[in-house]
Formats: sequence, C-alpha cells, structure tokens
Amino acid sequence: MQTVKMVVTGPFSAGKTEFIRSVSEIDVVSTERKISSASERAVKETTTVAMDFGRITVDEDLVLYLFGTPGQKRFDFMWEILSEGMLGFIVLVDSTRPETFREARTILETFRAYAPTPYVVAANKQDLPDAWDLEDMRHALRLDPKVKLLPCVAKDKESVKKVLLELLYSILEEIE
Amino acid sequence: MALRGNLRDFTITQLLNLVNLAQKSGTLLIDGPGNEQASASFREGKLAYARIDQEDDRLATILHKAGKISANQYRAILERASQMSDKELGLLLVNAGYLSQEEILLLLQAHYTEVIRRLFTWVEGVFRFENDVPPPPDRIHVRIDLENLIIEGARQLREWEQLQEEIPSLDIALKFTERPLRNVNLSLEEWRVVSYINPKNTIRQIAAAVKMNELEIRRIVYGLLQAGLVELVRPEGAPMPVTPSRMFPTDNREEQKSLINKLIGRIRSL
Repeated sequence: MQTVKMVVTGPFSAGKTEFIRSVSEIDVVSTERKISSASERAVKETTTVAMDFGRITVDEDLVLYLFGTPGQKRFDFMWEILSEGMLGFIVLVDSTRPETFREARTILETFRAYAPTPYVVAANKQDLPDAWDLEDMRHALRLDPKVKLLPCVAKDKESVKKVLLELLYSILEEIE
Repeated sequence: MALRGNLRDFTITQLLNLVNLAQKSGTLLIDGPGNEQASASFREGKLAYARIDQEDDRLATILHKAGKISANQYRAILERASQMSDKELGLLLVNAGYLSQEEILLLLQAHYTEVIRRLFTWVEGVFRFENDVPPPPDRIHVRIDLENLIIEGARQLREWEQLQEEIPSLDIALKFTERPLRNVNLSLEEWRVVSYINPKNTIRQIAAAVKMNELEIRRIVYGLLQAGLVELVRPEGAPMPVTPSRMFPTDNREEQKSLINKLIGRIRSL
C-alpha cells in the first residue's frame, strides 16, 4: 500500500476542517477543543489543536491523506511535523476576514520554507456577500501572479475538488 | 530573596515598570542572548547607570565617540589618566574648561538610555535584581525618569511581536524577487543588508555580518519584504526536511506522474 499526503493550512477559522470533511471518505478525525480565548470564541466555538485527518482511497495500492493544520499560532510547532513528506499544500484563507490575511501570508512563507513543494492558495467563503475579490486578495496577500489563487467554498464538494485538482496539476507540472 | 526570572516571562519593559512603581534601588543583572551580559542600576526608581558588559563605557571613550574630545586627547587621557576614575576625570575636564558638568551628564544620560533601548531587543535571557548592589563607585551616576523609557519599550515590544509574526525564523534565507532594484531609495543600513542577500545566507548570518541585533535585522527585512523586493526561501545547502523519495513512494519520474494522474482521476470521480 502506497500513501501520499497533502496539507491544508491557513489561519484560525479559515475553514480547513470543513474543507477536508467535504471530500474525505471517512469521518474526519478531528482533534477539536473548546476555545478558551474570548476573542477567538467570538469567531467559533471549537478549534483544531493537533490536526484534522481525512482520507481518499484511490485504489488498492494508493491512498491520499489530507492533513489539516491547527490554525492558531501557538500550535505552530505542529506545522513542520505535518509538512514532512507532503506532495503539496493548500493555504486556505477566509475571504471575508481581511484581518487574517497577514497571518495567512506568514503561514504561506513558513510552509514554503519547510518544504519547496507546489502549493495553491484557496480563497474560502467566496459565496458570502462580503467576500473580497480575488484580485484584491492577491494584492493583499502579496501573491506573485504565477501563484494559483482559487475561489473556494469549503463546504461545497465540487469547489474543494477543483482546488485539489489545481494543486495536483501543479505537482504534475513540477515533475514534468 | 533577589527578584529573578526569565525575559520570556517578564520583559525588560515590565521590569522597568516594577522598578519605577516600587521606587526600587539596586542593580538589575541580565544574561542575554549570545553570552552578552548587561547591568542597570537604579536609585529610588530612577536609572543611575547602565552598561553592556563587553563594551568599553569609560567616560573618555563615551566622550571620544560623541566627538567631544579628539583622538589625540583620547589617547593622552588613556595613557596618562588610566588610573583616574570617571568622576575624577569628569571633574578635571570641567575644571579645565573643556566641558561643562551639564554636557557630561547629558552625554551619559544619552549613553545609558541607549543601553536600555538595546536591552528592549533582548527577548531571551535570565535576570536577577539585587537590592543591595549599588552602581559602580568609579562611574558617574545620573537620575533618569523611567516613564518615557517604559512607554518606548512598550511600543518596541508591540513592534517586536508584529515582526516576529511576519518573520518567524531567522534561519531562513532571502532572495531577490523578479522586481528590479531600480529607482529604490534604500538607507545605508538597508544597502548593507541587501549586499548580503543570497539564497546561501540565512537572515541570522546576514545580521551577524552587518552587526545587527534581531530587532534591527527583522525591521529591515520586513521593509524589503513589504516593498516586494525580496522573498523568504529555504537556505541553499540546508538539509531538506523532506526528500523526494518520502514525498513519493517511488523515485521514478514516470511512476510519480502515473501516481498523480491516478489521484487526478480519483478526485474527478468523487
């Protein structure tokens, strides 16, 4: 049995758990805890403290694992461990929360430094009325025009599939 | 018992605040990063003296650095008055009409304040406050209110936290983006950093080469990143955290492509 993995990272409350849940064939193994900080609790009630874990079986010999990183900075010691051996990574950003863009940029730089693997940036919650336009997000996130910035709705399976496929195309280009 | 602890838990700014509020007298001894040591002495909550241990803080040296005495005068003082304490030297200079007492005190205040400013950048290290240790008797003591220093320290701490978020590690290298370095107004310090930018050099190595502390190098790198002139990269030659064989179960390029194509097919069919 061959296994490969991809990592879904991004700031706190970007929608990483939901993203993995949308395509995983197993119930996402999530290590969520009640949030202790009042400011963070205002955004959501629970958060991922170690990792999320989803699975997509390709055939008898090949399985893809999806790992979601904890978004809160105090758990960033997990990032390097999770990034080990990944095929590529997805940086998920909440398009409606510009206050998290700077952190998303930092996370992106950190992961790029851990492993020079292909990556894409997914702008989540693009279905909401106050979502930022992709071009504005590209400027705010200081993304090079060559970096793929994709619209995404993490709760929508088709949207998540598109993001995963774009990352796989990038990996394929890299090999070629 | 002496007040002691770790700078990670209790910052220099918090220590100054404590000394100020409790109107403490004594000496704060700090073992900082890179084996650097510093001490700051206080009298009734006011800064009396401060030094970073490896640095020459004799009055003659401070006057020479400030351009108040010439190189020849400096040499002469060191040769002929090496046994003289700073207080005696200061008195001699005032009596000889070279400098006024006020000028000397202002210079020393600026010097001690600068030492404290540099301590604000020390975020790693241990400290202890010795209540009974007065400032060294051979040095000239001043009285500096701590309030302004505390405000400055708090401001710098916020900046430090922000810079740490932006540049989480100094063991990362920099490379120029495709944007050309033309028509860009850089300061002398920025140019010094720019001259060392190369994927082989980590930010920490650049800082050592240009003799900058962590705060100073982070400030400059942050500015260059913001301007889109450079980007962070893994240093060339650094051990890779992952090897291709671990990313893929196989080293064969064709097999790797086949594997990715299988994944693409599977994701499409979900």
